[in-house]
Amino acid sequence: MSDIKISIRDLKKSFGRKTVLNGVDLDIEQGESFVVIGGSGAGKSVLIKCIQGLLTPDSGSIQIDGVETTDNSNFNQKDMHAKMGMLFQGGALFDSLSVWENVAFALLENQKTPRDLAKVEAIRVLRQVGLAPDVADLYPSELSGGMQKRVGLARAIITKPEIIFFDEPTTGLDPIMADVINDLIVESAKGLGATTLTITHDMASVKKIADKVAMLYQGKIIWQGTVKEMEKTDNPYVVQFVSGSAQGPIKVEV
Amino acid sequence: MMLSKQIENFLRALGKPLVAFLMSLGKLSVFIVRAVYHALTPPIYFKNFIKQVLEMGFYSVPVVGLTTIFAGMVIALQTYSGFSKYGAESAVANVVLISVTRELAPVLSALMVAGRIGAAMAAEIGTMKVTEQLDALVTLSTNPFKYLFAPRLWAGLCVLPLLVLFGDVIGVFGGYVVGVYKLGFNPANYINSTIENLEAIGIISGLIKAAVFGFIISLMGCYNGYKSKGGAQGVGQATTNAVVSASILVLIFNYLITEIFFAK
Repeated sequence: MSDIKISIRDLKKSFGRKTVLNGVDLDIEQGESFVVIGGSGAGKSVLIKCIQGLLTPDSGSIQIDGVETTDNSNFNQKDMHAKMGMLFQGGALFDSLSVWENVAFALLENQKTPRDLAKVEAIRVLRQVGLAPDVADLYPSELSGGMQKRVGLARAIITKPEIIFFDEPTTGLDPIMADVINDLIVESAKGLGATTLTITHDMASVKKIADKVAMLYQGKIIWQGTVKEMEKTDNPYVVQFVSGSAQGPIKVEV
Repeated sequence: MMLSKQIENFLRALGKPLVAFLMSLGKLSVFIVRAVYHALTPPIYFKNFIKQVLEMGFYSVPVVGLTTIFAGMVIALQTYSGFSKYGAESAVANVVLISVTRELAPVLSALMVAGRIGAAMAAEIGTMKVTEQLDALVTLSTNPFKYLFAPRLWAGLCVLPLLVLFGDVIGVFGGYVVGVYKLGFNPANYINSTIENLEAIGIISGLIKAAVFGFIISLMGCYNGYKSKGGAQGVGQATTNAVVSASILVLIFNYLITEIFFAK
């Protein structure tokens, strides 16, 4: 019996009349690399934002380390974020700050680390994600897409978080760069012993990084299992998604 | 039967924008309460405040200087041409002083700063919003209200009065230049007349106006940026809204504050 790090029960979220999450149940174990797949607009991003408290769910429960996060009275969102890191889809780097200030943001602003120490630490983590020290003084706009992803990853892992979220980490990258980022994700998560939750629709990425996979469709988790089970399943939705076929039960709304 | 249908449609057409207006008013109120609360509670990001002060204040000096000097000059000219009919040319110095310190310097400076800073603020925060940088701040345990909005609100509140004080001096000087070099007043007389008519309430009301205007400009910049959606188009919309709403509010509050100070 391993520990459950994140536990979600009957999570619901609507925007206006549009129901995005319609009763999501999910258990993510300590140290596990969990991947949620699903088409565009299936609610993957909304799910991840609800877990992080960036969106407030309409109903349902989200427990992190057994603490209910949807109930504001007895928990501190700041403490929760302190043990989380997130790699955003577009990087979401602060363009008014230099690369190293981005990476060291949490150290500078929250832990009040002196600037020179923070910079040394930032450069160390940048090297860990394969970036040379001279990148540190550049600004995000001067970097390529792949480099921005690396900087985003460095910013997410510098505080040694217990949980790391990856929002479509390989979207917009060429296949080789995508593979490099996948390797880095696996490496850094294993290095920290962190629990990770990734949302993606890139099957190559899933096969590389996932311990467990769940498929989100029409606001519900319709299938979950290991990567091996995913390849063997006869669930028509999963089969269609994995093979990337236009034919099947999933209808693309045009 | 037909009539009742028509009335219903009419009310519907009337009601929809009204509800939308009330909703946005409600959202704005919530935003103001949150922003003010976070501006008054620690942690305070002093470095960000200084950055905003420089951005809003220091770099606006040329714009404010140019605006107010020409305002002062034109008032001197107009007053002379209007008042000479009644043989009241001597009132020029006084009229310039009153109009510049009470109205022209605060209002024109605020409108210029709204165009310069309110737009930039909405564009910057709007871009941060649509590129998920605001979310990123939250995940890094930093409250955007404290990190981004509070420093801007404080900067607006503190910087505009300083700019207006500077504008007062430059505007009155503009009037002096026209009065002496164009209209042929005696320099000493003009200066004496200005000093004689100098009164605290004119200056102070102008500075209070400036503080309120500064707060409004920052507030509209932050609010419109914060609620922008979509991509480049949403940010563009936010920028326009920030400038237009700030300018209109400045003019409305200008009247209200004037009424408080000078209506008898």
